[in-house]
Amino acid sequence: MTRILIIAEHAHGKLNISTRKTVSCAAQIIGAEIDIAVFADQASDVATQAAQLAGVKRVLKVEHPAFAHALAATYAPAIVELASNYTHLFAPSTTFGKDLMPRVAALLGVGQISDAMAIEGSHRFVRPIYAGNAMVTLDAEPGHKLVATIRTASFQPAATTGNASIESVSIAATLPNHTRFISHSEEHNDRPDLQSAARVVAGGRALGSAENFNLIYQLADQLGAGVGASRAAVDAGYAANELQVGQTGKIIAPDLYIAVGISGAIQHLTGIKDARTIVAINKDPEAPIFDVADIGLVGDLFSVLPELAKHL
Amino acid sequence: MSKILVCIKRVVDYNVRIRVKPDGSGIITDGVKMSINPFDEIALEEAIRLKERGIASEVIVASIGPTETQQQLRVGLAMGADRAIHIQHDTAIEPLTAAKAFLKIVEQEAPLLVITGKQAIDDDNAQTGQMLAALWNRPQACFTSKLEITNNITRATREVDDGLETIELDLPAVITCDLRLNEPRYVKLPEIMKAKKKPLELFMLNDMGITLNQQFKTVNVAPPPARQKGVLVKDAKELVELLKVKGVL
Ligand SMILES: Cc1cc2nc3c(=O)[nH]c(=O)nc-3n(C[C@H](O)[C@H](O)[C@H](O)COP(=O)(O)OP(=O)(O)OC[C@H]3O[C@@H](n4cnc5c(N)ncnc54)[C@H](O)[C@@H]3O)c2cc1C
Repeated sequence: MTRILIIAEHAHGKLNISTRKTVSCAAQIIGAEIDIAVFADQASDVATQAAQLAGVKRVLKVEHPAFAHALAATYAPAIVELASNYTHLFAPSTTFGKDLMPRVAALLGVGQISDAMAIEGSHRFVRPIYAGNAMVTLDAEPGHKLVATIRTASFQPAATTGNASIESVSIAATLPNHTRFISHSEEHNDRPDLQSAARVVAGGRALGSAENFNLIYQLADQLGAGVGASRAAVDAGYAANELQVGQTGKIIAPDLYIAVGISGAIQHLTGIKDARTIVAINKDPEAPIFDVADIGLVGDLFSVLPELAKHL
Repeated sequence: MSKILVCIKRVVDYNVRIRVKPDGSGIITDGVKMSINPFDEIALEEAIRLKERGIASEVIVASIGPTETQQQLRVGLAMGADRAIHIQHDTAIEPLTAAKAFLKIVEQEAPLLVITGKQAIDDDNAQTGQMLAALWNRPQACFTSKLEITNNITRATREVDDGLETIELDLPAVITCDLRLNEPRYVKLPEIMKAKKKPLELFMLNDMGITLNQQFKTVNVAPPPARQKGVLVKDAKELVELLKVKGVL
């Protein structure tokens, strides 16, 4: 029987939506029993939220002062201790899961499926390779525990209609203290979160300065949209690193994506393949972004954006 | 004094538009330009800079792959690595196997740091660094965009989904690099000539005492579904109208 343990991603007492999407993925395995483990110094609030997710059987509260911050080296031995009861271990393919799960897998002596985007049975997965320019279907050997990270853009968040039981679990493993949390940058916006926003406006190198990048923010505010950026815009300092969309940034699937002054390099496109409607505004009619755009507008962004603001 | 081991991978160059083989067995790589994985190039640059600042005494560049992998190792030597280790193997291996092979090198060389890219741009797995850190039982700092080593204190700033996180690590440790850690130098022709004289040690993966069984079997490789061809609008007004018609606004 398939028994899946999902490692919850959370911060400041709130369950990250990536966990809900991971649950949806797990629920596609027929007959699977799904548990969620919440590692934290104080896990009650997050555990309560996790227990509401449809399809979840049990929530394991694993509390320890060392779990105050999500350090892979500290979490991994504890997860290994819980793993014996499970056939599958899942986490979202966010920086949280990408950091953590390979460490868990190696401690268990098994491999990992990264960025699972579809599940075709308990041991058959589809995942993107080459920046999403190919999709590989993999069969995992059923004799091994299966560790996977789940591509959140491929799954809808699980409903919050569940009622799982919550249990406290204690850990016997000695936790290393060779890795210590120091600080986290301030969260500086109250805009819709890029990864879950229904609409995203993104700017590229063409914006030319951090000041001009405000045009992107203004359009986003008008649309109630999240803000994204190309690598070139981030490297040039026009936008913060967490706004980067693409192979090395975030993979997103909004209903509407507006790319402004972005050429459409393959590494960028891999981040927006699942967007429902892609709009491109670019002055170069040959820009590759037009190959994927549902609606293209050839023009200078500095005249198009003010016009757009008027018509919205 | 201290060594830094840099693990690099030979991959299809990031500018190449890859094509899937018609029989679905993989990607066409014949006659395709190959390069050092860009993230690994950043790892190498960081190691060389640490040596230039006197924090490391030797930079060793290692890679697993077929004979041609030595081309990338030579580029690494030309960039400034002191010596190279080639672990020869002709077929693709899983990250856990790579981590086990690199662990053998780590045990032999006892480096202060292992630096590698956060992911390889071919299989996009992003696993090898973390797996090596786990098997070695040492700290890891993944997606590093800033590395500070002063007075025995090592701090890594990591690019995480909600910003930047700084952690402190005891050494030895494994660092995986993000794109903003540095900008790799260009290799000059005389360096490439000089690099031919630098030592390159060869191991056969099959002889390293590692079990090579694969846990995952490729069933099929397919191109992604194509998007439908879009339409062009002439101005902002028409754009807004069309978005409304489509029900997106
Ligand atoms: C390993 C690796 C990983 C990478 N990962 C990512 C990633 O995750 N995300 C990412 O985005 N990139 C990534 N890149 C970089 C990527 O290859 C491109 O360099 C980058 O996306 C380019 O950003 P851009 O489109 O903003 O800039 P450019 O390519 O310079 O494009 C600017 C565009 O703006 C248009 N333009 C200029 N002026 C105007 C104007 N006034 N009005 C309208 N249009 C105008 C131009 O026609 C052009 O098309 C990666 C690269 C590598 C090697």
